Amino acid sequence: MTTVFGVPLPAILGQMMLGLVNGSFYALLSLGLAVIFGLLGVVNFAHGAFYMLGAFAAYIGLASFGINYWWALLLAPLAVGLFGIVIERLLLRHLYQVEPVYGLLLTFGIALIAEGVMRSQFGASGKSYPVPPLLQGGFNLGFMVLPIYRAWVILASVTVCFVTWFLIERTHLGARLRAATENAKLVQAFGINVPLLVMCTYGAGVALAALAGVLAAPVVQVSPLMGSSLVIVVFAVVVIGGMGSIVGAIVSGLGLGLIEGLTKVVYPEASNIVVFIIMAVVLIWRPAGLFGKEQ
Amino acid sequence: MTRKSTIMALGALLGLYASSQASAAADQVVIGDIDDMSGVYADVMGQAGIDVINMAIADFGGTVLGKKITVLSVDHQNKPDIGASKFREWADQNGLTMVLGGSNTGVSIAMSKVAAAKKIPFIAIGAGGASLTGADCTPYTVHYAYDTTALGNGTASAIIKEGGKTWFFITADYAFGTQLQDAATKVVLANGGKVLGAVRAPLGTTDYSSFLLQAQASGAQVLGLANAGTDFSNSLKAANEFGITKTMKPAALLAFLTDIHAATLQTAQGLYLTTGFYWDLNEQTRAFGKRFFAKVNRMPTMDQAAVYSATTQYLNAVKAVGSTDSDKVMAQLKKTKINDFFAKGGYIREDGLMIHDMYVMKVKTPAESKYPWDYYKVVKVMTGEEADGTQPDAACPMIKK
Repeated sequence: MTTVFGVPLPAILGQMMLGLVNGSFYALLSLGLAVIFGLLGVVNFAHGAFYMLGAFAAYIGLASFGINYWWALLLAPLAVGLFGIVIERLLLRHLYQVEPVYGLLLTFGIALIAEGVMRSQFGASGKSYPVPPLLQGGFNLGFMVLPIYRAWVILASVTVCFVTWFLIERTHLGARLRAATENAKLVQAFGINVPLLVMCTYGAGVALAALAGVLAAPVVQVSPLMGSSLVIVVFAVVVIGGMGSIVGAIVSGLGLGLIEGLTKVVYPEASNIVVFIIMAVVLIWRPAGLFGKEQ
Repeated sequence: MTRKSTIMALGALLGLYASSQASAAADQVVIGDIDDMSGVYADVMGQAGIDVINMAIADFGGTVLGKKITVLSVDHQNKPDIGASKFREWADQNGLTMVLGGSNTGVSIAMSKVAAAKKIPFIAIGAGGASLTGADCTPYTVHYAYDTTALGNGTASAIIKEGGKTWFFITADYAFGTQLQDAATKVVLANGGKVLGAVRAPLGTTDYSSFLLQAQASGAQVLGLANAGTDFSNSLKAANEFGITKTMKPAALLAFLTDIHAATLQTAQGLYLTTGFYWDLNEQTRAFGKRFFAKVNRMPTMDQAAVYSATTQYLNAVKAVGSTDSDKVMAQLKKTKINDFFAKGGYIREDGLMIHDMYVMKVKTPAESKYPWDYYKVVKVMTGEEADGTQPDAACPMIKK
């Protein structure tokens, strides 16, 4: 049996498959974060909280209203995105003129409040969300059994990432958005409603996080703490990819998921920190990130 | 008044106030609850634990020896330095007379060192690590509800009897996980079984898929889950999702009622686990369960029940010796039998471990569960000696050989 790093090949392949699944989550989450930072200059520490709220929205939808998973995929991001828009309109908007650290503090505070409220309502143990009936079961790939649901996660994430990238880089709307971030006053002079554009963009970034949350709900315990540990890793991913780069976020999300998966099988104790080690190395070598532009 | 004299007057007032606080504290009984209030173990004891302490104090009468009873609490966030420094701060500044709680073994070990240094009783509840009454024992540590030795003897034995001879462990990478794995391994090897491998996952890991894959690749019959709280629920959920529970028997080496509730009977049915308390055992436990439910809207875990029992035992000891002097109270605790809804004929051993009956349970199927929180059926009642041996832990430096 061929071995890589002393681990049999089928095991490595299996781990890389799982790493791809995790990478899809990272890609989706870091995409939202990169959109918000790259286009709005806001360091959104509440991103993990919105991911958690998306998962809870799906859980509450099912438990209290009987809304099934497929509708939740659409409705939960909409609901949480709306909440994000409200936050942007009422709170964040006032902080664009001052240093970015204030936006960071505000979003961090929002994250703590959201987590605390959900914890007092639902407890720390979390709730169980079932895998939708259509996606139960697994594919036997020979070297492992891949649950159908995890394959769906990869498919959904990659599709959404592609659609988002396309919207931002290849459409008129995206062009306007990119122009507005470079020179808001000039774009506004052309008659485009920049504040509205910014508000909707923040809402869209938040909706992406919530979508990741709905995708994650059947996989992990839906717990108020699920976002807080993830958001730090996602930030590291965005920094590695380059703070403003959409492509960077997607590529490094997937790549880091793979590397983390490999670490889990070669030296599992380091799986928590491997992303940060890579971040440190990348920052030393290319301070703007792999795909970022020096400013 | 001149500025200087104003400041001096204020300083003198503050000094008087501070010293009066210190002497006031000596007339109080101060109970500290240092626990995980917001992290992975927050539902096992957490905020509800504080409610239980207050319940116990109220039932006791509210005061002891004419002294007021104050409860201090803090969230240690699973960080040993926070737990230890808060313990020290309360001891130095707030007239602390006893600490209970802990939950996290790593934090509890740190706290036990402070207990020894400050000579203040520490009743460890929630942490599993047997080293608290072994290599890390102190004259002031009491380990109350359960420990990793009992869990190994209970759950591992039950599963080996059913034919689970080869094991693979997924272990939480800190003191508790490794001690639990060691306890279970001892039982497995003593019964002619084999450990085919183990993997350590950091505390708080949410995605266990890759560890489970390694477990499956090992070909072991039993999946030993040496973790707890949300770590446990996440590993179990993923094990079901990957179909691993079809080929491997999951062993819940530590599972609390709240974990089973969170995982749902659908996922957790058929699991073996060992517990020191269950609300539905008899009339007394049910009475406590109902009181707890009325306050917190869920049934108590063994830790929450243990907190009530421990608080009451401590207050009884203080009353019996007539003071809060730590050495006298510890001596009294170690010679008093514990007979309440939590334990019958329980006693505190020389090394600090509270010896009492432990129950090996099997989680009911959804069909077998007739009412809310009806989750366990008793498979075996282990006496304290069966669970934790007849001799004090030889690794404890206090024990004279």
